[in-house]
Order: sequence, then structure tokens, then C-alpha cells
Amino acid sequence: MTDTPRPVLHAKGISKFFPGTVALDNVDLTLHAGEIHALLGENGAGKSTLIKCLTGVYRRDGGEILLDGTSVDPKSTHHSQMLGIGTVYQEVNLLPNLTVAENLYLGRQPMRGPFVDRRKMNADAAVSLRGFGINVDPTQPLFSYSVAIQQVVAIARAVEMSGKVLILDEPTASLDHDEVQLLFGVIRRLKTRGLAVVFITHFLDQVFDICDSATVLRNGQVVGRRDLAETTRNDVISLMLGRQLAARVRAPAPAVGGRTLLQIESLQKTGMLDPFTLDLHEGEVVGLAGLLGSGRTETANLIFGAVKADQGRLRLRGQDIQVRNPRDAVAHGFALCPEDRKTEGIVGDLSVRDNIVLALQARQGWMRPVPRKKIDAIAQHYVRTLDIRLANLDMPIRLLSGGNQQKALLARWLATDPDVLILDEPTRGIDIGAHAEIIALIGRLQQDGMALLVASSEMEELVAYANRVVVLRDRRQVGELVGEDVTADNIVRAIAADPVSAAVA
Amino acid sequence: MIRSTHLPLLVTLATFVLAYALCASQYPAMLSLRVVANLLTDNAFLGIVAVGMTFVILSGGIDLSVGSVIAFTGVFLAVILRDTSIHPLAAFALVLVITATFGAAMGAIIHYLEMPAFIVTLAGMFLARGAAYVLSTDSVPITHEFYNTLQQIYWKTASGGRFRLIGGVMILTFIVGALVAHRTRFGQNVYALGGGGTTARLMGVPLASTTIGIYAISGGLAGLSGIVFSLYTSAGYSLATVGVELDAIAAVVIGGTLLTGGYGFVAGTFFGILIMGLIQTYIVFDGSLSSWWTKIVIGGLLFAFILLQKGLTWASTARRKAATGFVTPS
Amino acid sequence: MMGRALLRRIAPQLVILAIVLALNLMVFPDFLKVELQHGRLFGNLIDVLNRGAPTALLCLGMTLVIATRGIDLSVGAVMAIAGATAASLVVDGHHFLTAVAGALAVGAICGIWNGILVAVLRIQPIVATLVLMVAGRGIAQLITGGTILTFLDPGLIHLGAGTIFGVPTPIVIWLALGTFVAIFVRRTALGMLIEAIGINEASSRLAGINSKVLLVCVYIVSGLGAAIAGIIVAADIQGADANNAGLWLELDAILAVVIGGNSLLGGRFSIVASLLGAMIIQSVNSLILLSGLPPEFNLIIKALLILAILVIQSPKVSHLLYILRASAPQSARKPLPPLKEGQR
Repeated sequence: MTDTPRPVLHAKGISKFFPGTVALDNVDLTLHAGEIHALLGENGAGKSTLIKCLTGVYRRDGGEILLDGTSVDPKSTHHSQMLGIGTVYQEVNLLPNLTVAENLYLGRQPMRGPFVDRRKMNADAAVSLRGFGINVDPTQPLFSYSVAIQQVVAIARAVEMSGKVLILDEPTASLDHDEVQLLFGVIRRLKTRGLAVVFITHFLDQVFDICDSATVLRNGQVVGRRDLAETTRNDVISLMLGRQLAARVRAPAPAVGGRTLLQIESLQKTGMLDPFTLDLHEGEVVGLAGLLGSGRTETANLIFGAVKADQGRLRLRGQDIQVRNPRDAVAHGFALCPEDRKTEGIVGDLSVRDNIVLALQARQGWMRPVPRKKIDAIAQHYVRTLDIRLANLDMPIRLLSGGNQQKALLARWLATDPDVLILDEPTRGIDIGAHAEIIALIGRLQQDGMALLVASSEMEELVAYANRVVVLRDRRQVGELVGEDVTADNIVRAIAADPVSAAVA
Repeated sequence: MIRSTHLPLLVTLATFVLAYALCASQYPAMLSLRVVANLLTDNAFLGIVAVGMTFVILSGGIDLSVGSVIAFTGVFLAVILRDTSIHPLAAFALVLVITATFGAAMGAIIHYLEMPAFIVTLAGMFLARGAAYVLSTDSVPITHEFYNTLQQIYWKTASGGRFRLIGGVMILTFIVGALVAHRTRFGQNVYALGGGGTTARLMGVPLASTTIGIYAISGGLAGLSGIVFSLYTSAGYSLATVGVELDAIAAVVIGGTLLTGGYGFVAGTFFGILIMGLIQTYIVFDGSLSSWWTKIVIGGLLFAFILLQKGLTWASTARRKAATGFVTPS
Repeated sequence: MMGRALLRRIAPQLVILAIVLALNLMVFPDFLKVELQHGRLFGNLIDVLNRGAPTALLCLGMTLVIATRGIDLSVGAVMAIAGATAASLVVDGHHFLTAVAGALAVGAICGIWNGILVAVLRIQPIVATLVLMVAGRGIAQLITGGTILTFLDPGLIHLGAGTIFGVPTPIVIWLALGTFVAIFVRRTALGMLIEAIGINEASSRLAGINSKVLLVCVYIVSGLGAAIAGIIVAADIQGADANNAGLWLELDAILAVVIGGNSLLGGRFSIVASLLGAMIIQSVNSLILLSGLPPEFNLIIKALLILAILVIQSPKVSHLLYILRASAPQSARKPLPPLKEGQR
């Protein structure tokens, strides 16, 4: 035996290009038998692209994958599974309508003559799942079990079919604490069986709980590989979020006027957000900071009524208001640019013009159409002031670049002249130029007296424009930074603070 | 232990038992074996085609062409037996090959061109009906003596009821259909497809061969149904069995199969057929009720079952079994 | 500018229609001849316009429904119900306008029923409208009492068989309503909002659009169109035939929408193109009739027509064409739309 045993999986110099962007740039990943390895990074860092290259969903544009020392070239998910790399996703990729046993053995059922040997299949399934630490009736349909059990079944299927490397892509995202512990029990068993596990999650606690080592990606590059026993939480967060800017870019102008505009009291929804309380003033930018899954998007959606809250009160200028759905929110002068621009923002096949006027028109109702002349005036106004680059207003919005789509969405909401503008990840996936313009626009709107709530994973960005930053962790408000205290260091500290001490504080 | 996926089937069974009990309490004659035998004979062709429809709907598809295929089969048999000296058995084999191929072709178009099954089978419906017209627009009687032989095969009960061959063919079709759906890899793939095409593909289900196979079965069984129908009527008529696809879909849904695919049982369809036959029989017994009540009651049942399944879907997403009985808490 | 955009949109339909009409002219040189007899226009062209009226009326609502990613299978049955309602009302001695109003109300109720199933109960449109498709003819027979309910009310008959300034009434009705709906959806914001829902319902909801109400509205329009078509068909034969009125016309209406270049997956729509689609179908029927080809071939030709259009519209084929056309292999390819579950 050599000092460093040969890794089970060794990906060397993986690169992947998409039109206009480099998704992965010379990425290395090394995995040993019996190792649980975390793959970390914010959205868009390249985690899922890397996984897709490893499992054959994407063809990589460069690099080599060594499995047990031999070069492999997975061509499809199925192929990579046959080679020995199994994957389990957050949305369980099993069939809820089939029974547990059927899911476990689909495509490789034990046969007796022309027929599936159900009795043997069910017995085998029960034995196999007991080996994973769960005792369920394999003849029950999968949908009747909790997501955690479904995850274990998916893991069992992947391990039985592959058996060398198991990739877990955010398996704990929708599990509660006990279910996570159940899953971790299963993963530890696999570790002792000598499997190499890649664990992707945005819950840092879980990473330190179960993983041995970690690779951190940022903007498609590996920014560090750490042995977690010798690493601090702060170190990992700094790697993930980046720390090029130590100080503030500029101090945001203090809030003008500062009259209280919106009071949010104990807004909550079970499983999404613990009670959330915030006062928003005119001419103020409040940032929502936190890692992915900390409740940033959930907060934005609950305020806007995109998701109905269980409890909580909203007061606008001292008056109680009811926001049961986005229509109510728009009527009260709220606006929300959602995180997922493609599926929740743009209406792809409609023209840029129609997309810009959509919210205004929806508020007026279909009976009172915005006059054609006014539509053109509005659209042209925002194309000019926001510098939206397009061939003409009649082109479908899906043909615009990400940055221009985002500006058009901002135009949609600015056209309704909102009092409260909620931006969820306003700069994700857009080019540098548009990025700077949107940040400048946030400053301008603040000067005009609008109240803005901006959820972002980009710390430097929040530091650049926020008067206040509310820090979220595990779907809870865990801190608030005001004025001079808004620094990247403080945000990292608040995010990383030990959950126990934070709960006491 | 009762599974929630079994619930629609149980409701179907309960509906049937209840309906039959109600009918029998009003008209005790409906309990006779003669009525049961007629129920099987009269609905044989519908039952056979409904088995094929069950496969299609389980996979999340729909086949609107079956009524036309039945008519085509009848006309084809009548014309070929009139104009040639081919033996009916050979003609049966030939027509089964034609109809199964026709179904397979539709399945291929659905899969490879990624078009909705609804619109592809709509074209198939026009095509098959048109082909029947082209063969003959008149009702063509079938007088081959082999047909007489087949029609004379029956088992007579003491009370005078006659269980005919075609009823037996239907029951055999149901048994084979249930075995294929629940006991073979192909059957599991059908359910997998109905549970979600993308996931099924990721899990290694061969989508192309499964889809083509499903529509070939549906087409082939429509062919068999056409043969049975020609035995039942001793004729082939291109205007016959218009709208049978709707009856078949209704029987499948009333039998507890989810119209969006993935959940259901072949046995349920059998009772769906019996319920629909029962409604008709009741109306005949009553004498004063008009035939259109059949359609209205079937429409109402259809609605009730769609609602029931919608409710079950809501309920099952709302509450899930907690992780139970860990061997070791580790 | 609007005019030119419209012309570009409907150009393929105009070309197809022109070809079919030219074929008609080839097999029957007098095809375009229109003459005035007894104050009524006669001619094959007039026949096409007249016979195509029910499909044209159905495809108005169907276009809007399909634009929202829906489908309405019940329109044929609703035609039968509406025709039966109108007939039974005049037979009972009511004024024909009352009868028309009654039929329209019934059509609207059917639309509300479908709309609630789709928008509120969230049942798949194809499943939701199947209920009324199955039960509808039974309800119509219930109204007519199982017979072909004949009537002699001249006012009602006029709607199907009469003329206005020499033009058969059905033509006037569908042209007027078609023009009205086509302009109305574009002059109000209705068309744009319907398209927004069909393209991306989540985005539309977040933009504050009341998608539930709009969905119910389009099914009501569909029900009303079916009711008017049902009245015309009943008036034409001076009787309500619950079994055969509007039989399979839902399929013709869907076909007209598809020929009109509207995607079955929802989104951008053109009423005018759908109406041209309806006229294309009727012209094909006329062509088969005039060419002396046995009418038996009617269905086969229709089926082949559907298949041809399907192949052209298929996402796979258009993807293939796109790749062939794309010069640079690295250009941003439009991803295939995801498989629509439940419609495979």
C-alpha cells in the first residue's frame, strides 16, 4: 500500500463552455473510498454543471475522468450508473405511483418465466432497505412515504446499481431535522462500506456534521479544497462568497425622510419561514443576507403574497392591509422581481413591449387597455433610461440577454410606480455591465424615496447599497446590521455564528 | 391492509355492488344468470377495447381511434369474406396484424415527433373511419358458415341464460391484460411511463418501445373487438361504433384509473364496463326511462370519479406517512 | 404597421386557402360564380362560407381556450344542448328571441362549468371538458325528449336559412362575430393577458394577472360560440337533432385552430388565422365533393392533412430544421419544450 491510496474518482481539469460563458474552468475533484466530500458554492458557481459532466448529462469540453484509475467517458445518466457513479437529486427521481420495491428494481426485476417474481422482489427489497437502516413495507406505493424515505430508496437504488461513487445533490433541502439524521445514518453506513460520497448542500452545519473534506467552487473555478477537521466556518464562507472587496465601495446615502412605510409583523409560514418582523422606511434599502436556503426568497415571496403566509400582519403607512395574492400586493403598490427570471419573471414568447406593460395592464384590468401610444411611450422611456439593448420592441423577450431581460422586468415594475420594490437576486446570471447599472439604479430609486428590499447572495453588493442588512439562517432572522456595521466581515460572522449561541442571543 | 391506490378500485366495486343490489331490489329478475350472461355478451366488444384503453391511459396517453378501428375491422372482414374465399381465421389474423401495426405507427409518431397522443390518434380516427368508408359505405352482411359455428358456441345455464363465446373472449382478454399489466416488465414500464416520462427515462425505461407497444396493444385489441363485434352483429358497417372511444374512456375512468396516468387496475375497468352495462340493463327493465339517461348517468359517474381522484391526489400530497420503524436509530 | 404584421402572420393560411380554392376552380370551372336568385346569393363560394359557419363560430372560442394551453372537447355537445334549448323554447310558444337568449344562457352556463373545473378545481382541460362531452348529448336528448324536435318559427329559421341583404344569415353572423372578437381581444388587453397566461402562468400570476377569472372567461366564450353554432345548425334543418347536431365538430374546430398556425401548447394566437383555417377545411370538403371523388375519401384526406400539419408543427421537426438552418454549431439552441406529462 502506498501512503496516498489511489482515489476512486479523479476528475482532472474539467472544463465546460456554454455560449458566451465559461461554466467550468479547469476544475479538479478527487474522491477516496470511504470519504464523504462536500461540494460547495453559491448558485451559479458550477456545482450542478460539474455533476452533470460527471454523470454524462453534459458532454465536457475538456479534462479527464478517472474511475479507479481508468479513464471513463459517461455518455448518459444510465451509462454513468453502469460505470459506477450513481446520483440522487433533491427532487427524488423515482416514480411516486410505483411501489417501493418496484422503484428499487425497475428494469432489473427478478423474473420467473415471463412474469415478474413479485414475492422475491418484495422480499429482496425489504432486506436491502433494512441494510440501509429503514424498515418499510416495500409493497406500498412510494408516494405514501416521506421525502426522507424516498431519498433513502433512491440512494439504495443508486448504490445497488452503481456501487462506487454516490453523488447526493441537495438531498436534505426539504427534510426536517430528524429526517436529516436518518439520512446521515444511511450515509455513514455507506461510508463504512467503502463508498465515496459527494455531498452537495447549502447547509453548512450539515457539511461540518458529516463531511470529511470539501471542494469550494466559485464562478466555475475551484477556489479551495479543505480538510474540514482543520477548517473554520468563516474560512469556508469566505471562500464561497468571495472577499475581494474588504471595505465598502461607497457608503450609501442615509435614508431620506425616513418615514415608516411598511411594517411587517411576525410574518411566517410553517416549514418556510419563522416569524419575520421588519420595518421598512421610505428611501431605504434593506438587504436580506444569508446562504442559499436560509429563507431569503421565502421572505420575499411571503411579503408579496406569491406564497400565502400562515400568520402575520402587514401595515402600510399605519394601515392594516391584506395581501392574499400577488394581485393584492400589486394593488397596494408592491413589486417583486423574482429570483428565477425564466420561470417566474419573463413571459418568454411575448414581446418586450408587452412584457414591460404587463403588470400595469394587469392592475388596470383587461377592460381598460393602456392606450397604444402610452404603451410605446412607457416602453421607450425605460428602454432609454435603463439602457435595454434590443433590436426592436416587438421581439420576444426570451431573445434578450439575461441582463436586458432583468432590466425589462425592472421596467415592468417601475411602470407601476411602486412604493415597495422587492428584488430577489437582481444581479444573478447577468453580465458585468448590466450588473453595475442595476446597482446604480438601486441607488437612484432609493434617492427618489422608494423603499427597497433586496435579497442577495452577493455580499459585496449588499454592502455597496444597503442601509441595513437583515441576516437569515435556517429560515430564521438571526441578526440585523445597521449603517457602519454593514460590512462583509460582519455579514459572514452573523451567518456563521454558532446556531446555539445565536438562538440564545 | 388497504392502500390508497386501491381506493378508487374499491369505490368502483362498491358502486357496482350497490347499483346491482338496488337494481335487484326493484327488479329481482335482474339477478338471473340470463341477465348476467347478456351483460357479458352485449358488452364484450366494449370490454375488449377498454382493456387496450386501460393500457393507454395508464401510460398517460389517450387513444381516440379505437371506435373507428372497430368499424374498419368489421367492414374489412365483411368485404374480404364476401369477395374472397379466404378462411375467416386467416382473415382474423390478417386484420389483427393490420390494426396492431396501425396502432404501433401512431405510437411511433407520438414518441418520435413528440406530439400529443390526443391529436395523433384523432388523425388515426379519421384515417380508420375513412378507410372503412372506402371499403364500403353500406352495411355488408357476413354469411360465412364459420361465423355460424362460432356463434353457436355457448354454455347454456339451467335458467336459459347463454354464456356465448364472445363474452368468454372478453373475460380472457381481461385476464391476459391484467397479467401483462401487473406481472410483466412491460406492464411495469407502462406504469412508469404514466408516473412521469422524464423520470422513467432516467431510470432506464425504454420509452420508444414501450410507447409503440402500448398503442399497438390498443390497436390490436380494437381489432379483436372489431372481430367480436362482427360476430355479435353478423355484419360490417362503416358507420357502426361511433363514439365507442368515449364509452371505453368512461369505463376506464369509472373503473378507477386516473386519466392522467400511472394509477389504476385492469380489473377496475372490468367493473367499469359492468356498471355501464348495468345502467343500460336497468333502463331496459324499467321501460319508462329513456335511453339518454345512460349518457347523463355515465357523465355524472365520470365527473364523480374525476373529483374523487382529484381529492385523493390532494389528500396524499397533504399528508404523508412519517418515516416509520427504524431498525436502528444510528 | 399592424396590418402588415397581421398579413405576415396569416400568409401561410392565405396561400393554402388560395391553393385549395384554385383546385376547386380546376375541377369545377364555375366555382367562383356567384349569382343572385330570388334575392339570395347562390354559388359554391357562398356555400363554402355558409357551411363553414359552425366551425368558424366554434373556432373563435377554441382559439382562445387553446391559447391558454387548454382545450374544449365539449363544444359539439354544447351545440346540441343549445339547439335543443332554442327549439324547445319556440315549440313551447316563446318568442324566438327568448329562445335565442335561452340557448345563449345555456351555452354560457356550460362554459362556466368547464371554466370552474379547469381554473378552480385545476382539472386538466382535456379531462374536465370530457365530462360534458359525454353527458352533453344525453342532456340535449333529455330536452328534446329523444326526438328530432322540429319547429316552424320563421324568426328562428331565418337565423339558419334566411338571408340579410341577399347574404345567408350564418355568413353574416360568423363574419360579424369573428370580426368583433378578433378586434375586441386586440383592442382590449384581453388578448395579451390570455397569451401571457398560456405562455407562463407563474410569471403572469406574479405580475398580478387574475388568471382564474380569465380562464373562466375563455371557456364562456367557447360555450357562447358553441351555442350560436348550435342555434344556426338547428335553424338550418328546422329542428334540433340531439344525436347529430355538431357531431365531431369539436374536432373540426381544433383542426381549424391548428391549421391556423396556433400552437396546441398555448401562447400567441390569431383569430383571423383560425377563421381562415375553418374556411380551408370547408374548401377541402367542397373540393372533395366537386371533384367527384367519392365522399368516402373526405375523412382520409382530412386525416392526411392533420398528419402533414402535425409533422410541420412538431417541436422535434422544427428543432431539426432549426439546427439545419443554424450556421454556427455553437449557437444558442432553443431547448426542446419539456414533455407534457399526461398528454403523451
